[in-house]
Amino acid sequence: MQTNFTPAQLADPHVAESEKILRKCVHCGFCTATCPTYVTLGDELDSPRGRIYLIKDMLENGRAADEQVVKHIDRCLSCLACTTTCPSGVDYMHLVDHARAHIEKTYKRPLMNRLTRGVLAMVLPYPGRFRMALQLARLGRPLAPLFDRVTSLKPFAAMLRLAPKSVPPASASAQPAVHAANVAPNLTARGRVAILTGCAQPVLDPGINEATIALLTRLGIEVVVPQGEGCCGSLVHHMGREEQALAAARRNVDVWMREVETGGLDAVIITASGCGTTIKDYGHMLRLDPAYAEKAAQVSALAKDVTEYLATLDLPAHMPKGITVAYHSACSMQHGQKITLAPKQLLKAAGFTVRDPAEGHLCCGSAGTYNIMQPEISAQLKARKVRNIEATKPDIIATGNIGCITQIASGTGIPILHTVELLDWAYGGPRPAQLSAAKWASAGQPLGTPA
Amino acid sequence: MTDFIRFLEPQPAILSRRDAIVADLVDLLPKDCLIHAPRELVPFETDAFVSYRRVPLAVALPRTTEEVAAVMRYCHKYGVPVVPRGAGTSLSGGAIPQEDAVVLGLSKMSRILDIDLANRTATVQAGVTNLNISEAVSPEGFFYAPDPSSQLACTIGGNIGMNSGGAHCLKYGVTTNNLLGVRMVLVDGTVIELGGKHLDAGGYDLLGLVCGHEGQLGIVTEATVRLIAKPEGARPVLFGFETSEEAGSCVADVIGSGIIPVAIEFMDKPAIEICEAFAKAGYPLDVGALLIVEVEGSEAEMDAMLADIVEIARRHGVKTVRECQSATEAALIWKGRKSAFGATGRISDYICMDGTVPLSQLSYVLKKTSEIIDRFGLRVANVFHAGDGNMHPLILFNANDPDDAARAEQAGNEILKLCVDAGGCLTGEHGVGIEKRDLMTHQYGKVDLDQQMAVRAAFDPGWLLNPSKVFPLEGRPAA
Repeated sequence: MQTNFTPAQLADPHVAESEKILRKCVHCGFCTATCPTYVTLGDELDSPRGRIYLIKDMLENGRAADEQVVKHIDRCLSCLACTTTCPSGVDYMHLVDHARAHIEKTYKRPLMNRLTRGVLAMVLPYPGRFRMALQLARLGRPLAPLFDRVTSLKPFAAMLRLAPKSVPPASASAQPAVHAANVAPNLTARGRVAILTGCAQPVLDPGINEATIALLTRLGIEVVVPQGEGCCGSLVHHMGREEQALAAARRNVDVWMREVETGGLDAVIITASGCGTTIKDYGHMLRLDPAYAEKAAQVSALAKDVTEYLATLDLPAHMPKGITVAYHSACSMQHGQKITLAPKQLLKAAGFTVRDPAEGHLCCGSAGTYNIMQPEISAQLKARKVRNIEATKPDIIATGNIGCITQIASGTGIPILHTVELLDWAYGGPRPAQLSAAKWASAGQPLGTPA
Repeated sequence: MTDFIRFLEPQPAILSRRDAIVADLVDLLPKDCLIHAPRELVPFETDAFVSYRRVPLAVALPRTTEEVAAVMRYCHKYGVPVVPRGAGTSLSGGAIPQEDAVVLGLSKMSRILDIDLANRTATVQAGVTNLNISEAVSPEGFFYAPDPSSQLACTIGGNIGMNSGGAHCLKYGVTTNNLLGVRMVLVDGTVIELGGKHLDAGGYDLLGLVCGHEGQLGIVTEATVRLIAKPEGARPVLFGFETSEEAGSCVADVIGSGIIPVAIEFMDKPAIEICEAFAKAGYPLDVGALLIVEVEGSEAEMDAMLADIVEIARRHGVKTVRECQSATEAALIWKGRKSAFGATGRISDYICMDGTVPLSQLSYVLKKTSEIIDRFGLRVANVFHAGDGNMHPLILFNANDPDDAARAEQAGNEILKLCVDAGGCLTGEHGVGIEKRDLMTHQYGKVDLDQQMAVRAAFDPGWLLNPSKVFPLEGRPAA
């Protein structure tokens, strides 16, 4: 597309980058078809092409963000289905990142909206605060219908509904430690990795990282939980709070580079694909910071989703177990990180029968804090996702992102687990706690009979 | 933005009543179905013919035929022009608005209403995408045949407006051959039904008239289309040639010998490189031109037809013949072909031509096209439906350089005139829209155009529907 920026505007590296992105768009409209909000609302303003146009108009005119632009950008899930679809290679992610940062700088949100976002940014990235908030939410749950009646309070109703009925106790897996590889004393480990502890995930479901550590060490990998790790910054990044996001990125880069320099790392293992997309982008986020650009790029290159890493380890194939798993690919997995085959191949090799639900490219509506900030659209997407998943008649749902797990679990009775929990089970770990019902006891152990 | 093509001047009487019109339309439609904030209108100023842009007065997004009729009744009463819009994927500017027009978008009308496998029909709202129809009936072994490259996004309403084609139309025909009925809102808000689930019309073939009406005869809100059973098997085969001329004459010979494959698609070297970079489909990069020929049927049928085609291709010096080995590979081959236009966006801005020529002229027109492009100092990538003689030269240019953009447009006009002079026509499947409007006088004399405008006027005497399109602004009947 033609663009209209002055040389002065293009002197800003963020504008210059966005201009390059806009120049690639040919306005063909393919992206509209796979955009969850366009498919749901049928309004081009809530499609990638419409948003690209709104952003272009705002940036070209050097305008502050206004209520309308904010409405349509806020409705974007950042699922990046558009990027997978786009034949022209439009880098929508970095364009919308820029737009969000621009909104944060130039637009004053209504009070309640500011407050909600402030609370989320202050609580979610910090496991201690988040755990306490969940306990409070459990008590406040009966208030949800009350909050629903006031538009500006709806996000709080959504938060109360999403909060689990019980909060698991803090897990040792989140404590800094070196988990030695389970190999004979005279042998060395096959590899050495760091694991991202994360922020919300270890509070909501510590079993995911426990299973990851157990499986990797059993496979002969040394797993480090480094001292000083924090939230990846994704949550505030998607709110346009750039400085906060970059601070989170710098802290983690420091932590992992220290490990690289001391013990060496083959990978930084990530068990929430939402975090993976962001950490793989650290190199880009910090490109303008001479002190960090190179280190951040190195960390991004080391970042691997746990399934991406497991796929390199040649796990043995198992006999079919007669258990059907619907694999839900998180958007950050399939669109953000372009990991599509590895998780399914691992599950199949482990003996599970894997089903692909229809409309797999569509988001489940979780999308970070989207299910809190946009509860209505999110609920429609959840219903559609659950319908498609249940149509495959699975015994279990597997996915690779805690956001999707929480979202989908709130809409179905079918157990939903992280892919790695099923893999750990198949390769010698205990049966996941969620599968404790009588039905699963008869599934029998050990599941891992080599073919 | 170049400005060779003029739009109708906006009527001051309408612009001055903008606020009242908006207020009335807000009352007529449910919440969130009328867009009127100036900044929210900007994204509707163009379609996939992005060189031309006009911000509309308002955008209505009705959800039912009744709501469409209400908007039409209102606009008819007050003389407000209306520009229909499906997914806005038009390459000829068919959905570009004008300043005094209400855009009537069908994007909220995206429900599949009825699938009738016994009668092999599907009835859908006009905003359903082309691909959605095939996806909905695929588990039952059926599909909807016309497959424009934009089928992922384009709507059936838009397909009817432009009588769209696609790669597989060589065997199955274009939209008009697969459309059985429509529900349509006339300019005054009257709702009519044409056709149904049966094969032919009782009286005049008005459905044939409506298919390709470019949004000027009414607003199609529902369509009944024919479903076709999927073939037993299908196999795309890649034929690489040294030169475009050889590939072109091979196509003419295949069709001339009476063989009708499902598709014969052509790509020249620049197009091959662009598509391969995007889809990694394994197109040969060491050839000057490539034909994708798809055959279908039983294994024996496919083998027999393929043997005949290979024999003909040999006579035209084919360099490589590669049969696709798996369903994944076949999907990649088509993904690359169908994404060709968008993938071109990775390297350059472009405008896409749509002339159609008799097959015997294919080689000649390809050669002349490259001479025209050279003369204007531009680059071109050719990727098109060769079996139909439907050419799509993509003229590459820099949209931020007005001089380059002007030359691209001029070169495009010369290429389209060349197609007409070679015995072909201006448009194979994209429609006339705004892009080819002023070339209509090259194709038709005054008598022809007057007759066509008389037909148009029978439906829309006040020229309210998509009025800037199809017919040159000069020579229209006085209002």
